[in-house]
Amino acid sequence: MTVFTVDGEPLPFVAGQTLAAALVASGRVAWRTTREGRRPRGIFCGIGVCYDCLVTVDGTRGQRACLVQARAGMAVTTGEADDE
Amino acid sequence: MSEPRGPGTTPEVRDPVAPGEPRDLVVVGAGPAGMAAAVTALDGGLRVVLVDSGAAPGGQFWRHPPLTAREAVPTDGLHHGLGAYRALCAALSAHERTGRLTLLLNHHVWTAARDEDGFTVHAVDRGRAPEERAVVLRAPALLVATGAYDRQLPFPGWDLPGVLTAGGLQSLLKGGGVVAGRRVVLGGTGPFLLPVAAALAAHGAKVVAVCEAAAPSAWLRHPGALLRNPAKWAEGARYAATLARHRVPVRTRTAIVGAEGTRGRVAVVRTAALDAAGRPLPDTERRIEADTVGVGWGFVPQLDLLLPLGCDLADAGDGTMAAAVDDGQRTTVPGLYTAGETCGVGGAALAVSEGRLAAVSVLTDLAAPGRPGTRRPAADHRAVARHRAFARAMARAHPLPPAWPAWLTDDTPVCRCEEVTAGAVRSARADDAAADHRQVKQLTRAGMGWCQGRMCGPAVHCLVAARDQPYTPAERLVATPVTLGALADSAEPASDHT
Repeated sequence: MTVFTVDGEPLPFVAGQTLAAALVASGRVAWRTTREGRRPRGIFCGIGVCYDCLVTVDGTRGQRACLVQARAGMAVTTGEADDE
Repeated sequence: MSEPRGPGTTPEVRDPVAPGEPRDLVVVGAGPAGMAAAVTALDGGLRVVLVDSGAAPGGQFWRHPPLTAREAVPTDGLHHGLGAYRALCAALSAHERTGRLTLLLNHHVWTAARDEDGFTVHAVDRGRAPEERAVVLRAPALLVATGAYDRQLPFPGWDLPGVLTAGGLQSLLKGGGVVAGRRVVLGGTGPFLLPVAAALAAHGAKVVAVCEAAAPSAWLRHPGALLRNPAKWAEGARYAATLARHRVPVRTRTAIVGAEGTRGRVAVVRTAALDAAGRPLPDTERRIEADTVGVGWGFVPQLDLLLPLGCDLADAGDGTMAAAVDDGQRTTVPGLYTAGETCGVGGAALAVSEGRLAAVSVLTDLAAPGRPGTRRPAADHRAVARHRAFARAMARAHPLPPAWPAWLTDDTPVCRCEEVTAGAVRSARADDAAADHRQVKQLTRAGMGWCQGRMCGPAVHCLVAARDQPYTPAERLVATPVTLGALADSAEPASDHT
């Protein structure tokens, strides 16, 4: 099975899915909190416009999970309170 | 051109077309309009670069997983007009083999500039994200076919996880084969809610309700435009049949006026019947259990690349501004063309016709030898007129309910990025300090976050501007955030987010 990791835990995905699609398929719709209100955020617009779904991919912050194609072995970290 | 140095950027500025190879046209956006435009331009003998941020051609309407994943993620049943899509894909592939088409997928265009002999288009290749490679394209003609995105109106609880845009639900399904929830309520206005509901229901979700704010009689006020578009009726009837088969109730003059969550996900949706102005009627509120919500209030043309190039805008008739074009899809900037939703939201069939007409104009203006005959463009002109009339009728039948702010509480977040509440926006308005969404941004930070007001802009505009004034998005210097290294290549100021 093809997997990437989310905060160290393996997450299976189907080739061709984005990180967000794989996360949503696993039942997760939120993976970040806002700076001020600490409100949960995750998938919203699904097409790269809203920037709610930001994750860190292989150490690079501010990646839109709905746009990044999942690849085996990617290390995704979530829960960045502040994206910049 | 200096080398990109930002994190995740390899030190290389790449031009994918071999040096010395002439190129006539850059098309940004490989949705229905961009695909059709590229094929027509290629058929006419031009050398074309077609750029898209997605992993496959198709745009949002024909969104597909990458070619390599078609078996793993079967999505054929989700699409309308698939024959046209496949024909365009086949034509593009044939042109790619001749070397006259360069198709750049996973490439995000972040700005375009005009100079004496054409346009410079700056993109980043994110095919191996988070790596970014800067790509610079030059051509005498630029055709922008960047489509549109869902228009949102906030309501209490709209930022709960599990609340998505209707387009977001559709993109997860079309692009990744993922049904985002088990019990879904859809709300907003416009014909797009129906295909989303039908697709989710057909793929195993329980669609508990579709809340359409407009009255069912609204379509009957403009019967002419509807009757002249029988294909749209057939498409609508197909969705209606799917919804009936899955017993999906469509409630008209009804809106989602709130959502409540438990354990970090939406759990209950509150709906209410609306009066003629869109105000919730007393004692009509229902509480519906749902784990997923999809909302959409029509669409906003994606003008991020066009605005900084200085082309004129026109009232699209649906509360948004769109690019002003002549009957050949020429903008007011010489050499700059645009087609599809950027000229006003009207659907894929319209976009295809406009894309072809735009390419015919490029062929004419560049005096290309292979200009098409007059028969096809004449048919496209008739199709555009018919579809534009239909789109205007749809816009009048599905307006934003004027009283929608009645749903807001003072603590409802309006700007999701900067967490600016409806109360804060209303105060800025009440103090007479802000008369438009740009001034609200300066006073409250609404629209200043990562999305640059793409989500909250139309709503903030409604809260502060005069009622029948259409929404013009703020000019954004960078259409997508890029690493410092890629920005170093631009003469423009350095960032659009602070």
